[in-house]
Amino acid sequence: MDSGAVCPRFISRYPLVTMAHGGGGKLMNQLLEEMIHSVFKSAEEPWRHDGALLESSSAKMAFTTDSYVITPLFFPGGDIGELSVYGTVNDLAMCGSIPRWISLAFILEEGLPMTDLQKVISSVARAAERCGVQVVTGDTKVVEKGKADGLYINTSGIGVMRSETPFIGPASVREGDAVIISGDVGRHGMAVMSVREGLSFSTAIESDMAPLNGPVDHLLTEGIPVHCMRDLTRGGLASSLNEIAAAAGLGIYVAEEDIPVRGEVKAACEVLGYDPLYVANEGCMVLFVPGAAAGDTIGMLRSFDQCRNAAIIGSVVKRGIAPVTVRTVLGTSRVLDMISGEQLPRIC
Amino acid sequence: MDLKYIDEYRNRELAVRYSEMIAAEVSKPWKIMEVCGGQTNCIVRYGLDRMLPSDITLIHGPGCPVCVTSVALIDRALAVAALPGVIFCSFGDMLRVPGSSSDLLSVKARGADVRMVYSPLDAVSLAAANPHRQIVFFAVGFETTAPVTAMAVRRAEAGGLSNFSMIVAHVRVPPVMKVILSSPNTRIDGFLAAGHVCAVTGFREYESFSGEYGVPVVVTGFEPLDILQGVLMTVRQLETGVSRVQNQYSRVVNRDSGAAWELLDSVYEIVDRNWRGLGVISGGGFDLRSRYRRFDASDRFQVPSVEVEENTGCRSGDVLKGIITPVECCKFSAVCTPENPLGAPMVSSEGACAAYYRYRRQ
Amino acid sequence: MCLGIPGEIVEIFRGDDPISSYAKVDFGGVVRDVSLAAVPDAEVGEYVVVHAGFALSRLNIEEATRVFSYLDEMQS
Repeated sequence: MDSGAVCPRFISRYPLVTMAHGGGGKLMNQLLEEMIHSVFKSAEEPWRHDGALLESSSAKMAFTTDSYVITPLFFPGGDIGELSVYGTVNDLAMCGSIPRWISLAFILEEGLPMTDLQKVISSVARAAERCGVQVVTGDTKVVEKGKADGLYINTSGIGVMRSETPFIGPASVREGDAVIISGDVGRHGMAVMSVREGLSFSTAIESDMAPLNGPVDHLLTEGIPVHCMRDLTRGGLASSLNEIAAAAGLGIYVAEEDIPVRGEVKAACEVLGYDPLYVANEGCMVLFVPGAAAGDTIGMLRSFDQCRNAAIIGSVVKRGIAPVTVRTVLGTSRVLDMISGEQLPRIC
Repeated sequence: MDLKYIDEYRNRELAVRYSEMIAAEVSKPWKIMEVCGGQTNCIVRYGLDRMLPSDITLIHGPGCPVCVTSVALIDRALAVAALPGVIFCSFGDMLRVPGSSSDLLSVKARGADVRMVYSPLDAVSLAAANPHRQIVFFAVGFETTAPVTAMAVRRAEAGGLSNFSMIVAHVRVPPVMKVILSSPNTRIDGFLAAGHVCAVTGFREYESFSGEYGVPVVVTGFEPLDILQGVLMTVRQLETGVSRVQNQYSRVVNRDSGAAWELLDSVYEIVDRNWRGLGVISGGGFDLRSRYRRFDASDRFQVPSVEVEENTGCRSGDVLKGIITPVECCKFSAVCTPENPLGAPMVSSEGACAAYYRYRRQ
Repeated sequence: MCLGIPGEIVEIFRGDDPISSYAKVDFGGVVRDVSLAAVPDAEVGEYVVVHAGFALSRLNIEEATRVFSYLDEMQS
């Protein structure tokens, strides 16, 4: 992908996004051509304004969409551009498909520095290359100042289903399955929190944002009978476990001391009164595999950098008083509830 | 990685040893009350009550200042937050607590500038940075938090800020402990006193209280081993017929108050305060002294003040006094949940009802 | 009341009066500015218990081990 020599000239003429750039006329075409198409065009697949024509030998596809409204746009460990690719790629990987194509839609706020837009676009390009997906179509709109936090992104993605894989989802979860997590929890949420106004603190925590399609591909190619996978996002581990337990009609039992948490994340949570099990992640997944396959799964995951802290954290059981229960570090049990709204820092 | 002076007090082997020691000491049933939301949270979250013999009943007292902030004060806060030009700052705990008909998050959704802060000192910085806006801080909390908000007032004064004020809703613990002990429906044999409150006040004033009512009072911390040691110390007193004040949380608390109390005392005076669910408690709160009255948002902004009778069927008063546990309330979980709370103890993350719902469900 | 977390003082900024004194406090890798108005004698390297950006009191290191030694005393 080549951002080209065209771009800096364009930026020096238009340092800020203006309403005219969303007008559908020459200025908008210039923006599209010099900032976006120049980055994502390829010889085989010209950028189409209406829709991309895609060819695949498989008839079964997975399709997903996600919108990204994170603020600030640039945070420790990454930015909204990379996030918009990894998030959609990971959603496609979680159902066992091979991510292939994504669309890229921007809503830009009037006054956004053009250099910020360029950085985000470069991040999208870099992330797409890392994931092995193509950005084939998109859209760009401009709204008045105050109507967007700098910029919003929507990415939709298409993945190709593997022909021989059984259904991967909550309905396939069975009693006795091992519950595995691919990494340590809470890093993304606390990294973003650390730069949030009114709460900021100094820390080395960076977002755990990462693509998971590589590790998933390896597991499935090696024949691990994965029953279910879910990438953790808002609401953290607790929310994903609750959703899956409810959908599967079973119970999940996890041991708190087995859930990996980095020291700084734990410290930041203690200071603000947060529970790491509810804090957002962006490069971490929970997997359900038959107990006998747990050891091999861990070994394969740990060969990937973004999954080197993978661990078995619990198992699937019959449904009890609550969908998810936790064994505390003291050996007692408690319910791990679904959070009501948003987790808020507390003084009590 | 272990967090120093925190993780050591979450050691399983020592917790088991403490629970065994307590079981060995107990010869009859005892009811012990803790008066701090942080202690309630620790007990329910770690299942400490399940590690104790059945003769010990842990009762949760009105230890959540968020839960006991009166409806009238919340309504006043909402009215001020909705005023144009105001930046209303609050701890996260208060954002979802309902007044008579709304809460701060809803007021924010309707366009008010409501911001969450970690410290009232951040609100003062905001005032210094925004001279053309009025910054109002919702000063909620026990004696633990009052020195911090007092500090905020002193910094605003030192900085010559005329655009900073607070809605003061601070409450005091010792008077409510007396109310509970005097209540005909409760039998409390011993108290675990709130450790961080005593870090500010010292524990001298509990000595006459302990003597007058004949109850052991053990100043206790917030980690599992702190609470277990506090229970053991209380049980040992009860079993030997002794009633005095002991200090379990000696790594933080001293008998006498110090600079934190002096700061609080320079800015605040003791007043009567209406506790939500409990009524007016004599000497139950703090308010700004007259020389700092200009920092009182209730004076600065003339908003109507109406005392409202709560009528949701919430039995928070009985829960706060330890007369019933949350699960003994017929509305618990069936009608009253964190998504649809009937009262403050279910909304506040430290409320006893919320703690039971989150960690127990039954 | 409740959330008070111990952290280590790593740098002190003393103002003209205690009201403006503050410190950088390290909580296991997370560093925040904390008011020292209530602990004017605290030194770098000491631990303080912090609530809402304010140091309530200094941690007494000798007393910190009492929770462990108490059990041994009771059992002997």
